[in-house]
Amino acid sequence: MTEVLVAGVGATDFGEHPDRTGRELFAEARSLALERSTVSDTDLDALYYGNFLGATAEEQNHQAPLMAAGLAGPDLEATRVENACASGGYAVADAVRAIRSGDVDVVLVGGMERMTNLGTAATTATLAHAADAVHEVGAGVTFPGAYGLLADAYLERHDASHEDLAHVAVKNHANAATNPKAQYREEIDVADVLEAPTVADPLGLYDACPITDGAAAAVLVSPEYAAAQDLEPAAAITGSGRGTDALALQDRDDLTRTKAAEAAADDAYEQADIEPADVDLAEVHDCFTIAELLALEALGLYEPGEAASAARNGETTADGDLPVNLSGGLKAKGHPVGATGVSQLVELTKLLDGSHPNADAVPAATTGVAHNAGGTVATASVHVLEEVGA
Amino acid sequence: MSVEATTELRDVGHGDWLDALEADDGFYLLADGEPTVPPAAVGPSSTLEREPLPETGTVTATTTIHVPHPDFADDAPYAVALVDFGPVTLTGQVTGVDPEAVERGLEVEPTVRRSATDDERLVGFVPAAEEVSDR
Repeated sequence: MTEVLVAGVGATDFGEHPDRTGRELFAEARSLALERSTVSDTDLDALYYGNFLGATAEEQNHQAPLMAAGLAGPDLEATRVENACASGGYAVADAVRAIRSGDVDVVLVGGMERMTNLGTAATTATLAHAADAVHEVGAGVTFPGAYGLLADAYLERHDASHEDLAHVAVKNHANAATNPKAQYREEIDVADVLEAPTVADPLGLYDACPITDGAAAAVLVSPEYAAAQDLEPAAAITGSGRGTDALALQDRDDLTRTKAAEAAADDAYEQADIEPADVDLAEVHDCFTIAELLALEALGLYEPGEAASAARNGETTADGDLPVNLSGGLKAKGHPVGATGVSQLVELTKLLDGSHPNADAVPAATTGVAHNAGGTVATASVHVLEEVGA
Repeated sequence: MSVEATTELRDVGHGDWLDALEADDGFYLLADGEPTVPPAAVGPSSTLEREPLPETGTVTATTTIHVPHPDFADDAPYAVALVDFGPVTLTGQVTGVDPEAVERGLEVEPTVRRSATDDERLVGFVPAAEEVSDR
């Protein structure tokens, strides 16, 4: 399988940007990525761009041409990709597929979301558009509610506790504390999580990711283009998998497993010719604490039920054997929905090439995995990223 | 199952299905033998059969939502549950019992209730075989 090289990455700070439009946020991310890649924008063949809430947040659909404006001429293909919270991951997957096909050599992949201008009630209602409108939203299910149902089922099945989940939040806040891009850079403790106001039990405020504005971008190129231009990419995407499950939880056989992510991981590992044991670090879709456990098990990094104690035991902390969400994750770095899947690629690239402020935790790492989930993991993308020349 | 019946069931929407549930005539569909709840997403050559919904089901997962969807602002806190009726699982709100007291394993009957916020109909569940009032 053709390698796809990561020539450069860039992102805005994640957090509240009340005075900046979506196009301003994305312009910053794309400029950083292009500058670091040393690729000329006139060489870009395509833009794949993830965005979910644009119609509500800025009354703006059809954002791809807007985000490509000023980059190149009419030959540049610009496409918006929407798979809810996995929009960014699928934009990456589409870019990888396009380069592998041989149709294109140079792709800008990115994502952006504005959310904080909506406020909590409108954000809750708009994020619910990613659930089944008839069977779930019609019954009052919110996203925290849907993950509350998944948490209820998981904790019961595996005899785990809310305290186990709390350790995930504590870990990811600790990682975010040293990441200047992160929205929440304060450390918290287990008691903070357990005593926080309940959102949808067992999940409380500190089990949930924040509402975030932000953008991320990366320039991906074919090996032929990189050689011709004397580029020195730091990382390669060697596996790119996708999977699909029923949209509504009521149509799934087992609430404690996420089969879309399992399928995506299987494909990505096979393409990269690696096993879960080869993974040195992971950025996973921890929109809620329970989601990190589901992700680690779907990725084959833990057996079903065994991820529950991973953070508590220090296995997935920065100094553990398998650091997970060294960026701070969605939980503490923030979750600007359409940007998240691309941001995972940005963070992993910097962790592998040593330029990330938390890279000291993984000095010998050569292989990372990114897991991005849509809704309650009805869609999922998994990417394997490997250091070039390792 | 005749071709005519399949064509008719293909057009059954969620509102029709709620009508039947409200009239104590709850049902589910078998699409090529696979249980599903209308509206049925089936292929052009699929056959559909109508089967009665079992009278009781069991809560398999539940959560009490404190930060509501705006359409349920006046309903919060409310307990949402996934209820296993055997062939199909339904999603709805449990009433007639303290939301915090809803637990996995609770046996419930399906009903149709209305949102206190916008009066829209939705699937409800009440504890089985007990005299309870839907609020």
